[in-house]
Amino acid sequence: MAVPLKKPKFEFRHRNLLGIEDLSADEISLLLDRSDHYAERNRRARKPGKALRGRTVINLFFENSTRTRTSFQLAALRLGADVVNMSIEHSSIKKGETLLDTALTLNAMHPDVLVCRHPESGAVSLLSQKVECVVVNGGDGAHEHPTQALLDAVTIRRRKGRLQGLTVAICGDVVHSRVARSNIFLLHTMGARVRVIGPPTLVPGTMERFGVEVFHDMANGLKDADIVMMLRLQLERMQGSYVPSIREYFRFFGLDRQKLSNAKPDALILHPGPMNRGVEIDSEVADDIGRSAIQEQVEMGVAVRMACLEVLTRNLPEPDDG
Amino acid sequence: MAGANTRHGGERSGTVAYVNARLVDPASGLDTPGALVTSDGTIADLGPRLFSDAPPPSVEVVDCRGMILAPGLVDMRTQLREPGEEHKETIETASAAAGAGGVSTMVCLPNTDPVIDDVAGVEFIARRAREVKATKVFCYAAATKGLQGRELTEMGLLAETGALAFTDGTRAIANSRVMQRALNYARTFGLLIVQHPEDPALAENGVMNGGEMALRLGLRGIPTVAEVMTIERDLRLVEATGGRYHAAHVSTADAVEAIRRAKARELPVTCDTAPPYFTLNETAIGDYRTFAKLSPPLRTEEDREAIVEGLADGTIDAIATDHAPHDQDSKRVPFAQAENGIAGLETLLPLSLTLVHKGRLGMMDLLGKLTGGPAGILGLAEGRLRKGGPADLVLIDPDRPWRIDPDSFLSKSKNAPWDNLPVQGMAMRTVVEGRVLHDRLA
Repeated sequence: MAVPLKKPKFEFRHRNLLGIEDLSADEISLLLDRSDHYAERNRRARKPGKALRGRTVINLFFENSTRTRTSFQLAALRLGADVVNMSIEHSSIKKGETLLDTALTLNAMHPDVLVCRHPESGAVSLLSQKVECVVVNGGDGAHEHPTQALLDAVTIRRRKGRLQGLTVAICGDVVHSRVARSNIFLLHTMGARVRVIGPPTLVPGTMERFGVEVFHDMANGLKDADIVMMLRLQLERMQGSYVPSIREYFRFFGLDRQKLSNAKPDALILHPGPMNRGVEIDSEVADDIGRSAIQEQVEMGVAVRMACLEVLTRNLPEPDDG
Repeated sequence: MAGANTRHGGERSGTVAYVNARLVDPASGLDTPGALVTSDGTIADLGPRLFSDAPPPSVEVVDCRGMILAPGLVDMRTQLREPGEEHKETIETASAAAGAGGVSTMVCLPNTDPVIDDVAGVEFIARRAREVKATKVFCYAAATKGLQGRELTEMGLLAETGALAFTDGTRAIANSRVMQRALNYARTFGLLIVQHPEDPALAENGVMNGGEMALRLGLRGIPTVAEVMTIERDLRLVEATGGRYHAAHVSTADAVEAIRRAKARELPVTCDTAPPYFTLNETAIGDYRTFAKLSPPLRTEEDREAIVEGLADGTIDAIATDHAPHDQDSKRVPFAQAENGIAGLETLLPLSLTLVHKGRLGMMDLLGKLTGGPAGILGLAEGRLRKGGPADLVLIDPDRPWRIDPDSFLSKSKNAPWDNLPVQGMAMRTVVEGRVLHDRLA
């Protein structure tokens, strides 16, 4: 249950949002409630918000991303912040500047919020130890992607009215997925039952240590599921190393109408995007507006990121008008 | 068509009664005097009291006095050379050889040209087997694409098409990560990985067993550890992944011991061996006899003895022919250049029966390793006598003495080191789904 909004200074204990694993159910609920608020606001004719007026947000992306970066950028702009995007890809890393050099350089410019995505697990946490501003994890390696899990949760909650007691099946490349990890943590904390489905090369049996049920076939794994969450399979992983081929993967683990028929009749389909149609999901299913919440996930993405920015900056000193 | 004494397409729908037989079915533990009747390609009935009065008239009666009627032999490791090397063997000639040897089901390796690593390859074997319509032929598919040991094959689709299990044939899956993934991925569908257990780096350029004999002959040796190291590594991966694993043609005492320990720990592990490994030792190479060159190589007498012991105590689950037909050009070359392998389909039964005649294994136990054992490992319905099951049978005269004469093999290739070896026991009739494939009764 959400903590009443009257005690803003104490309700969110964290300086940064590095992962879902650290969050309590109350903290998650607070973020979801605020996300709902912003989702409604975003649908109305909007005036720029004031919550982040006078604040500087830097989007620091060490990995290619258009949608996530745009979503964070829009979220910050709609709250009245000044936004700077920095894309530091492989070429700049080759120049020899380490992650910590970059962190110290940016810190010296006194931003209020750093949103960071990095291909290495743990890199965002390392960065957060060297800067004084708020750090939001925009995805680190195969570790966590907290805003994705939050936007999935808002989407589910708006459609199903709750998270508690739902059966959620997460399908595909779980072992390499930060989306899967963050979702497992969030859904568990909020009282949902989580299953993971995929071949053992992508869903190792040790996943059971996360408290999830492990399945290696879609028919049993999807049985009576309320939510079907598909993961994106990276191309380089389906050419014989983890999976023999695209067609074999699609045949046994791609979500099509036939496999989906094992889930509840009103089961909701989620996908973090971008989709590989004909690999992990069939177009017929992906484009079924009655079943698929994929567009809504994108919409909720902006609202969730607004909520995160707003809640995290509450604890910062008031910006100075001078 | 090969051998004139091979009869094909015997009246399938006819009813045949085998009477006065010793019925031996290791899968069910049946060993009794009795009768068996086949009809429409299936076993219509069997048992000790069947026809206790007299068989009905108008039924063909085969008197099996002094003979054993058992499930047709299931050979879990054969190289058919088709497609790609039809000058060495074809499905047709191998089927004729199998019939002569009492083998009613063959499972072939994917090391053909092209490699059986896609659905079309599996379908090709199935189609050719239908056309030849003699022995039943199943196949393994490659575990990695092109047998290259790197990328996994489409195991799910291949299994749906009929591939029984996955192996890189006469090559080891050497890379530990690839082996781990293969075991792990195959587990998705409960499939079996069959390993050629030999560390390629240790075996590189080796042509015979490493040791004193190789030193004397001046030939490069393959050390015993090349086998057991690979098996022990694989067993670790089996333990880590829970995948099903089968070690092919074990040849060393150390390997038998490693598998014995793994079985004691109840790991999902099985293994087979082949007649040369319990019949011969490295001295058979003698004066550079290339017919005694095989992979893995013939080992020492202690190893041979350990293989027999492994068969006797159940560590070794199956005996396969490891049939590796080669033409003259592949064997009449200097030892190091010769191809590996023995044409084994026609000698599987008599060589295996030596274990019974020497008192090392009981008849039921031995036949189990040739029928229900391999069939069980591969999930085949064959290899057992079951009412309503396929009428795949072999009628064995267990004591009949004869000499092995490779020149009279029905196999296209005659490469075998058993010239004039006296043996006891012969397949008198081989039946596949009621059709008489080979008949020496007449």
